[in-house]
Amino acid sequence: MQLARVIGNVVSTVKNSALVSRKLLIIQSIDGGLRDVGKPLVAVDSVGAGVGELVFWCRGKEASFPFEGSDVPTDCTIVGIVDSEAHVRSIAL
Amino acid sequence: MLLARVLGNVVATQKNQRYDDARIMLVQPINPDGSIRGASLLALDSVDSGEGDIVIVVQEGWSASTASTGEPGAAIDSAIIGVVDFIEEV
Repeated sequence: MQLARVIGNVVSTVKNSALVSRKLLIIQSIDGGLRDVGKPLVAVDSVGAGVGELVFWCRGKEASFPFEGSDVPTDCTIVGIVDSEAHVRSIAL
Repeated sequence: MLLARVLGNVVATQKNQRYDDARIMLVQPINPDGSIRGASLLALDSVDSGEGDIVIVVQEGWSASTASTGEPGAAIDSAIIGVVDFIEEV
């Protein structure tokens, strides 16, 4: 899984029917030092995340598992909201 | 699999319920010689690893979910599956 910050959202009305009523958010992955990693992605929310929050997401086929049985086409799903930046404990390397 | 150093952990109260009693560890992938290899990432612990340990991380969903929660089918893509005693490179 990867830490990320929610930096925006995406509204799409003409889309795969399984995505109806699913929130699409733009996320910027970050590392343990909260520094940007890679480029922004579109993620499906599964835990009620909002813009500005610190989250973590799951990639690949497993990303569709929170929506069991509803065949949501996703390879990037937010599966957790980090309590706060202070809750990312990291020793310096 | 990846070699990685455990940097610490992440606390998230609101999360997918399959993560409920799992330890979400922050790990930094390393090369066998200890040098940094790419960005840090999160992996669920399944072997009671701690900060500073060098560990083995699997990044495939079925294995990661089964190793860390006992069953496949969770939204988990990485898990720590071993603590390294030492690395011998010839």
